[in-house]
Amino acid sequence: MHLAISMEEAVDMIPDGARVMLSGFMGVGTPDGLVRALAASGKKDLTVLVNDAARPHTGVGPLVTAGCVRKFIGSHIGVNPVVQEKMRSGELEVELVPQGTFVERIRAGGMGLGGILTPTGIGTLIAEGKDVIEIDGKQFLLEKPLRADFALIAARSCDYVGNLTYMLSATNFNPIMALSADVVIAEPEEIVPVGVIPPDAVKTPGILVDHVIKRTV
Amino acid sequence: MKDLVVMDPKEIIARRVSLEIRPKTLVNLGIGIPTLVSDHLTENLGVFFQSENGVVGLGHRPAEGMTDRHLTDAGGTFTSAVPGASIIDSAFSFGLIRGGHLDLTVLGGLQVDAQGHLANWMIPGKFVPGMGGAMDLVTGAKKVIVAMLHSAGGVSKVVPECTLPVTSQRRVDLIVTELAVMAPLDDGLYLLETGPGVSVDEVVAATDADLIIKGDVPQMDLSRTA
Repeated sequence: MHLAISMEEAVDMIPDGARVMLSGFMGVGTPDGLVRALAASGKKDLTVLVNDAARPHTGVGPLVTAGCVRKFIGSHIGVNPVVQEKMRSGELEVELVPQGTFVERIRAGGMGLGGILTPTGIGTLIAEGKDVIEIDGKQFLLEKPLRADFALIAARSCDYVGNLTYMLSATNFNPIMALSADVVIAEPEEIVPVGVIPPDAVKTPGILVDHVIKRTV
Repeated sequence: MKDLVVMDPKEIIARRVSLEIRPKTLVNLGIGIPTLVSDHLTENLGVFFQSENGVVGLGHRPAEGMTDRHLTDAGGTFTSAVPGASIIDSAFSFGLIRGGHLDLTVLGGLQVDAQGHLANWMIPGKFVPGMGGAMDLVTGAKKVIVAMLHSAGGVSKVVPECTLPVTSQRRVDLIVTELAVMAPLDDGLYLLETGPGVSVDEVVAATDADLIIKGDVPQMDLSRTA
């Protein structure tokens, strides 16, 4: 059963120290309302799993800028000087993961797999401390699954049972992350009656969605 | 098509790289100089440009006022889509990249060495942007071209051995700078072409890595198009 909750209720649900997945690519496809509300709430010590640090005021940026984040796991932090500064000062821990490995580890976490074998990272710093496994004469890195306590999903449309669609490049990590967290909260741009989204067009089945952010108008 | 009369170094690189693009292929262009490459192509090649965030069939930047925040490229810049474009999620996008479906990637570089190793994701102790999709692209694409300025602050970026952390153990296929086209092979780094108006001696003087030079080295022919 899907419960429409307010932004405040969603924020209250997420404790200090929680592990939170956030979709988006340079802030596109990120649930901006949830990010802003969390940033304003003064949460502490969050671990965020998000592709990139975007900019100080886009994507996950506001959360980091507000000092809510203890650890960042993702692939790129190059255009967010606040993240660079907090990393240098030791306030923020950063774990860099190649983007293809990042999304595939999240997929593994949501699909019940014990990890993935990828050629990416072999012979680089990324391989340090990891098992290298040879399959048919080729070397692969064993990368373990990634999961989170919460996944915050930005959807285009959501129907009354929580079926979700996404739009163009705002799709990115959303359908994968919606599989890989204990609690999935969707922030859609619009709510539509059941039937408006044809079954073939559903990208995330509603059974995966625990909560939907309530419309305020 | 860009005017050839006045070309800055980055446009020379982009034009030369554009000659490597084959019709009806899937191509990923990195951020920076590689992004300029598509401006040098004729329209009818049937090439699809992919971006890591899940667009197959990137178009040019839309007209002012016609941008949409749901359609951006891998740099987060507003883009458009060509007829026949498709949208995929991030896992599928990297499946294309790692799975051998991507014909060509063009990436920028901080360093490339004589063995063809590329370093382009961090400068320890100075700047750590992260690898984004670069490690997957270099590892998985059928062909890898590095498009970069020959030097930074007067220091050659083409080196005997990378001193920066490498992006992949895979050897890149071609290195294009404003001064030279180079190919790393088993026995070393070959100088294939020099830049417009650039002599072989000038390339050698500007390059820290040893170059293998066989016969007459032609200059880039930038009057051609792909």
